[in-house]
Amino acid sequence: MKVARRQSVVSTFQEIKSRAQSQWREFSDGGKPVIMVGAATCGRAAGALEVLRAIKGELKKHRLDCPVVEVGCMGHCYAEPIVTISKPGYPPICYRQINPVIAQRLIREFILGDDPCLEFVLGAVEENDLVPSFSVFPRARFEKKVILKNCGHIDPKQIEHYIANGGYSAMVKALQLTPEEIIDEVKRSGLRGRGGAGFSTGDKWEICRNAPDKPKYVVCNGDEGDPGAFMDRAILESDPHSLLEGMLIAGYAISARYGYIYVRAEYPLAVRRARLALRQARKLNLLGRNILGSDFSFDIKLFQGSGAFVCGEETALIASLEGKPGTPYYRPPYPATSGLYGKPTLINNVKTLAAIPRVIQSGAEWFASVGTEGSKGTAVFALAGKVVNTGLAEVPMGTTLRQVIFDVGSGIPGGKRFKAVQIGGPSGGCLPESALDLPIDFNSLTQAGAMMGSGGMIVLDEDDCMVEIARYFLEFTQRESCGKCTFCRLGTKQMLEVLDEITKGRGKIEDLDMLSQLAEDIRAGSLCGLGKTAPNPILTTLRFFRDEYEAHIKEGRCPALMCRDLIAYYIIPERCERSCDACVGTCTVEAISTTKKRIKVIDQEKCVKCGTCLKACPPQYNAVVKLSPPSLVPASKSFKVRR
Amino acid sequence: MAEEQAQVKQRTKRILGRFGRKRGNLIPILQKVQGELGYLPREAMLEVAQSLNMPEIDVYSVVTFYNQFRLNPPGKHSIRVCLGTACHMKGGYITLDAWKRRLGIDRGQATPDREFDLDTVACVGCCVMAPVTVVDAQPQGKVEPTKVDGILLSFKLEKERQGEERR
Repeated sequence: MKVARRQSVVSTFQEIKSRAQSQWREFSDGGKPVIMVGAATCGRAAGALEVLRAIKGELKKHRLDCPVVEVGCMGHCYAEPIVTISKPGYPPICYRQINPVIAQRLIREFILGDDPCLEFVLGAVEENDLVPSFSVFPRARFEKKVILKNCGHIDPKQIEHYIANGGYSAMVKALQLTPEEIIDEVKRSGLRGRGGAGFSTGDKWEICRNAPDKPKYVVCNGDEGDPGAFMDRAILESDPHSLLEGMLIAGYAISARYGYIYVRAEYPLAVRRARLALRQARKLNLLGRNILGSDFSFDIKLFQGSGAFVCGEETALIASLEGKPGTPYYRPPYPATSGLYGKPTLINNVKTLAAIPRVIQSGAEWFASVGTEGSKGTAVFALAGKVVNTGLAEVPMGTTLRQVIFDVGSGIPGGKRFKAVQIGGPSGGCLPESALDLPIDFNSLTQAGAMMGSGGMIVLDEDDCMVEIARYFLEFTQRESCGKCTFCRLGTKQMLEVLDEITKGRGKIEDLDMLSQLAEDIRAGSLCGLGKTAPNPILTTLRFFRDEYEAHIKEGRCPALMCRDLIAYYIIPERCERSCDACVGTCTVEAISTTKKRIKVIDQEKCVKCGTCLKACPPQYNAVVKLSPPSLVPASKSFKVRR
Repeated sequence: MAEEQAQVKQRTKRILGRFGRKRGNLIPILQKVQGELGYLPREAMLEVAQSLNMPEIDVYSVVTFYNQFRLNPPGKHSIRVCLGTACHMKGGYITLDAWKRRLGIDRGQATPDREFDLDTVACVGCCVMAPVTVVDAQPQGKVEPTKVDGILLSFKLEKERQGEERR
């Protein structure tokens, strides 16, 4: 009986798959050029929707009938909006930084004509003789796409694209196995939770499976609240089905009937894409009652968060799902034994769940062959800040920070010097240049005082003040503290006040010891990860950049020229060009005026220190400078302003 | 006024009809109500509490706990300045200052003519385009003080154009 059912699952899926494959072939190999526009949130912010409209308009004008689809994010966010054109006879070519005008030109010259417009090329998806492919990029040596494999290459709005590219096969394979076999496979793969703490995924599943209570729930934690991290968003927007498949396998393994995807309200597009994916999966009976005719039933609901960072903490997330304010509670019991409505609840991060289909499909040994001894698989980082190739990078665990920042990210723009990298958001820390050769895995980062966290990686250069970044993170955690634990609620407030004073040049040298002391107390006196890790940004900056704190306190000087109370903008009269008034026009508060000698002068009283004049001043003059402390600005003898 | 209150009640009731009466639905219900009314008026919260058979204070505590919910009507255009790490380091706080200066309001407020409301958002995940401002739900990249003026100017021109068309 059971064998017959299993066979029917395979044959039912085979039917679905062959239909999907023929649709995919028609789409990708139908003899027509295929145009793909990267339209995840990052692409849209760069103007992808305008490009999409322009392409559709131009195609209509020339009565061309070729498929145009929105795809997700390939990770090359620095080159957005990206357009990929696959024309028969040519390799699929990605074009970078496309605007509507270039888009129209591509249609006219490449689709209608035969000029592939090489001047706009980013790279080719496959190797060929015409255009350099992504595989020859310096970063290709270090990258390994496991979780992000499909992102940017399939249409997230069509389930058929996912199925035709191997999707849901892992689930079908899993349905042939017993739950114990699946858990064993996940355990052997060495997969650890990608949410930050790095708990063994297989162990968590086993605990949850063995919990006696029923029903059980699977919850996907997509509350990516860490400012500076956006890989969960990219997965939800670019490849939502991989997450659903992972949840289905998890549901089968722990014998759950229902699952929830908890997504931040700040990600409206991710919410829409995930909702659509759920509808499509239900329609094909890949979700719902008796999936593909088996006796496994599982359904998933989408739950939108409401803008609270603390809800990324699992117990707070559960409170939020139950309709309560998101405040964490004491563990144990862990959610795996007593979670949502007091029932066993498996909570995994988006990336963890998205990795599951790959683990099941390619096997535990394959997954475990990537990465280091203690941390298997790949790590996904969101590279942002002062780095050339901002975007997503997926590298095997054990890759060094230097390789990620300088090889994958191509280093610091504008010839500036690297200063630090901030990893793990408000819970992580800032690591200096000396830590760059650290191989990245869960353990090494924790030892260095940072943590993997969700994988946000903000690169800082010589213009970034380390006191200010510590203050920024503390301001964030202080605002987001739910208020339950006194140390977190009041301690962070105290620390913030101290740091505020330091960035204003009013700090005292004893403050530094007090900060370390408070940091220890907050760590000891907080229930959840938010409070326990809130002091990390301060502790690491104090450890590695104490000299900057001292410069603020002792000299009233901000070495990075960033803290606004400690700097002044000044126009060097000798460099100022008489015939130019670029700064005067751009000043947003009309603080710049022209003297009788037609030299420009900043009225320090009026200046709001926004830096617009510094950007406006033509580089050949380079007359606007920042000075710290502000007392360095020479007192102007005669402020004769020409009316 | 009474009429307005009755209308709020009516609309909230209609939304409540689409949900089961259990506490787990509280946040989705509030999101729907705010989606329709733009904010959560007192009458709506009272109605929700009654329907879910829970103390009013518990509804209020949820509403005030989460950043997304608002207790006063929004402006016509919403301005959300992203203060994620990347945006902050690239001058998001300077952009926020520029918006404050130009609109004459602080974050969490709306202009007296209810044209604009200004707030911050933790991170919209477009760190690459930093500093980002989300204008009417549309993330805009590289919004520096001069671009703030540009965006405001385009709203002004749009309004003038509409005024002319009406005439």
